[in-house]
Amino acid sequence: MEGSLFEPTLYIVKGMCILDNDGNRILAKYYDKDILPTTKEQKAFEKNLFNKTHRANAEIIMLEGLTCVYKSNVDLFFYVMGSSHENELILQSVLNALYESVSILLRRNVEKRVLMENLDAVMLAFDEICDGGVILDSDPTSIVGRTALRTEDVPLGEQTVAQVLQSAKEQLKWSLLK
Amino acid sequence: MSSFRRDKKEEEDGGANMFQNLDKTTLLQEARYFNSTPVNPKKCIHILTKIIYLLNQGEKLTTQEATDIFFATTKLFQSKDVMLRRLVYLSIKELSSLAQDVIIVTSSLTKDMTGKEDLYRAAAIRALCSITDSTMLQAIERYMKQAIVDKNPAVSSAALVSALHLSATVPDLVRRWVNEAQEAIMSDNMMVSYHALAVVAGARRNDRLSTVKLVTKLSRAPIRSPYALCLLIRHAAKLAEEDPSEASEPYLEFIESCLRHKSEIVVYEAAHAVVNLRKSARDLAQAVSVLQIFCGSSKATLRLAGARTLAKLTTKHPSAVSACTVDLENLISDPNRSVATLAVTTLLATGAESSIDRLMKQISGFMSEISDEFKIVVVSAIRRLCAKYPRKHQSLAAFLAGMLRDEGGVQYKTAIADAIISLVEENPDAKETGLAHLCEFIEDCEHTSLAVRILHVLGREGPKARQPSRYIRYIYNRVILESGPVRAAAVSAVARFGAARAELLPNIRVLLARCQLDDDDEVRDRAIYYSAILDSDDQELINDYITNVPIPNMVLLEKALQSHLNTNPEDVFNIDSVPTAEETKEPEEAPVQIEPRKQPVVSLEERYFDQLKIIPGIEKFGPTFKTCEAVDLTESETEYRVRCVKHIFARHLVLQFECLNTLSDQLLEKVHIRLETVPGYIFLGEVACEQLPYDKQGNIFCILEFPKNPLDTLGNFGAVLEFVVRDCDPTTGLPDPGEGYADTYPLEEIEIGCSDQFRTRAASDDWEVSWDRAVSAPEACDTFGLSQNSVGEAAIAVCEHLGLPKSAISGDAVKEIRGGGLWREGAPVLIRARLVAAQGAVTMQLAARSPREDIATLLLAAVG
Repeated sequence: MEGSLFEPTLYIVKGMCILDNDGNRILAKYYDKDILPTTKEQKAFEKNLFNKTHRANAEIIMLEGLTCVYKSNVDLFFYVMGSSHENELILQSVLNALYESVSILLRRNVEKRVLMENLDAVMLAFDEICDGGVILDSDPTSIVGRTALRTEDVPLGEQTVAQVLQSAKEQLKWSLLK
Repeated sequence: MSSFRRDKKEEEDGGANMFQNLDKTTLLQEARYFNSTPVNPKKCIHILTKIIYLLNQGEKLTTQEATDIFFATTKLFQSKDVMLRRLVYLSIKELSSLAQDVIIVTSSLTKDMTGKEDLYRAAAIRALCSITDSTMLQAIERYMKQAIVDKNPAVSSAALVSALHLSATVPDLVRRWVNEAQEAIMSDNMMVSYHALAVVAGARRNDRLSTVKLVTKLSRAPIRSPYALCLLIRHAAKLAEEDPSEASEPYLEFIESCLRHKSEIVVYEAAHAVVNLRKSARDLAQAVSVLQIFCGSSKATLRLAGARTLAKLTTKHPSAVSACTVDLENLISDPNRSVATLAVTTLLATGAESSIDRLMKQISGFMSEISDEFKIVVVSAIRRLCAKYPRKHQSLAAFLAGMLRDEGGVQYKTAIADAIISLVEENPDAKETGLAHLCEFIEDCEHTSLAVRILHVLGREGPKARQPSRYIRYIYNRVILESGPVRAAAVSAVARFGAARAELLPNIRVLLARCQLDDDDEVRDRAIYYSAILDSDDQELINDYITNVPIPNMVLLEKALQSHLNTNPEDVFNIDSVPTAEETKEPEEAPVQIEPRKQPVVSLEERYFDQLKIIPGIEKFGPTFKTCEAVDLTESETEYRVRCVKHIFARHLVLQFECLNTLSDQLLEKVHIRLETVPGYIFLGEVACEQLPYDKQGNIFCILEFPKNPLDTLGNFGAVLEFVVRDCDPTTGLPDPGEGYADTYPLEEIEIGCSDQFRTRAASDDWEVSWDRAVSAPEACDTFGLSQNSVGEAAIAVCEHLGLPKSAISGDAVKEIRGGGLWREGAPVLIRARLVAAQGAVTMQLAARSPREDIATLLLAAVG
């Protein structure tokens, strides 16, 4: 049973990615040079991962020697990958951090269109959660605080009636669809 | 509703539109916009986002393109927009590995990391550390130390994590920051204390005593961060594992105290460590009960963690796991298939013989719901069960046969067929039932490769059965109904029945005669070939070409044929020169696993084939006859490590020296071996290793020709490693100026024995026949007194000496070793040894028969 203890390392996260509902990559980062070194391998892995996970909402899967925890909402799939020899719950906490901070950044409208509009902020969130495989932060509010939020957003009182209606309509739509 | 759906579709397209059809060239154009003043943050953010997105999608930039974009980006430091600045940092990190001269932004980043804006500082530190090298670092060292103890947690974390990354390349520098890091461990911020602990522990990695101090001190300190606690548990567990004595008790107590922590992450970490460390079942109870609770959790991740750790326990403490049987049985119907499969395989591995039938019933319902790859895992668990409880073969074989009838892909069917075949091979009681199941399966098997394999097994095992004729019906049905390859395989199988069972021969002749009318060339050829051999009535011919056909290693055969065609296509190719396919030993698998994975089995010869290509003229030596396992020529923990691999060719010997330099401050040059050859060997040349940097393996090859007389081949070579040492910088690996000095390093002797020159195998069923047939061949025979006390030990020693597997030994009081082999130049040899214990000593009578008398004598000389 030698070597079955967890390695005392901080390089826990092997990769994180967000895929859309066709399994295409929106954002993906891989942190270990030895695991999936080329884009081709990465995309093949993502396809495989997506095919195995998009129907079954089962939180966790072991795939190609990696433990992958995942979560989906509307048309987005969030994944965090770690070594198959790693504390799954730590990976789960990273996934929660990723999902929650994206959710706050998108004002709870976790869907592809809104995410694409705020891609810059989501990229920064990615960078604030994990640096080269080391978990940098796992508290969503502090992550969002560290990602420079856009300041030019108009407060509710100064929005035009049409804008307010538009956003209300959207909120309603998605709450029905969920 | 339909209009609404369309609405949604359009919106989606609209949102994604700006990132669709992104083109590298247009983007490169757009990047020029960065040069305009004043900077328009909104527009630049947009362009920068697109660039990063494109890189993230896997678009490749040339160095020039990357450098262009990089320099354009540096212009954006003029803007004060926070978002823009942060994206600039991000793109610096993305581009740093692609572009040239990235250190140009050092001063801008240094300014930001020491500035007032907290949002800049943390990110600037991380960006800076990703582009600097060791020389630049010294300039910012002071700032880094300050940043580590900064009261802003983001800044502190950024500095610590960067220090951690840097410690891989410049460990000495980072070690100087440990005092600051130590202070940061006690920070109120959870992440800071986690990162600080890692930096401190990393710096003390090679110093056990100070690691002990650190762990002991911190295990009493109130650490709040769950991550930091996990890390501490891992260090404590490692210390406890290294020192299993009483002294490690405090670590275990600390770990066990963590089982009561309020964070699940910590509890699991502790339970996992306890399960791997504790030896007695009583000590495990607490951890097991925690895992049991996990198995009942509503979260799939927790259930998987629990089930997985319990599964690991099965090999060490099956009894501890069997206490959780009820919990695991509940998991069989788990919606997460990984969890369910784990539960099933764990139950199968721990189940008692009595509970198997009940378990099988439960699983059969579950099998229809899971995907093929999980099924394969379950099949391999059942296969192990067959080996464990041979008496249960009836119900297990029936279960496997049932699965064979279900729907499934070729891999799944192959796994089941493999399981049944191994059952047939290992368990004589199960042979008849297993073969019957296989026969039934090929009646309706759509996979050609699988049908061919099963026909082969039937041909091999069928003739040994009590009623071989019943299998012939199944096999001959294939000849009537199936495609060409299957028919051909069926013909071969039928012929084997004819070869082994004389009473069936007339019928087989009729069948083969019918096959000679087949439309397929291969089928006809085989039928005619086998008929001719069977008609010859020559037992030797039948044995060599039907019953015991050696199968060469396919990869090596292909390579040998290719090199044969390139060098001397006029000569006759000798198939005996290619190593035969070895019985592939399956790598020891963990008893419980989730993912089916196959490690490719590569023979030694295949592994070294490419390395040998660098020897000039190697193709003239013919194919490699045999590659021996590597032998250490130095102690394991010395300055230079050298291992020797002997490659044997028909008339040549290549000694490959695998050298490893373990001194980081030395670069070895002109490394070669001075060999003291045994008289008779002709030294043909050497391929030296020009440079041997730290921690990179280098190869040296010595090429020799064997003496003409086989008896002269035995002996020991003396060897000395000769090289020029140049001191070098341990971090960069660049040598100091100067010439360096010559040095030598003595190595242990290399022994060329008799077993190196033979490819041996244990006796097959027909050994007796071959031995008798070789009665006319020259025989060498002698009696030896052996030094061992027991016959068993002596027999094993002799086997090792001759290179025979242990399966060659038979008998109890009188051990008999039977085997055969092939000498490197192609002469076959048969060996028989009888060992008897008499008056506390072991006497051995050894006889060898070979068409070449000198070879037979060589074998005796090797023992004497």
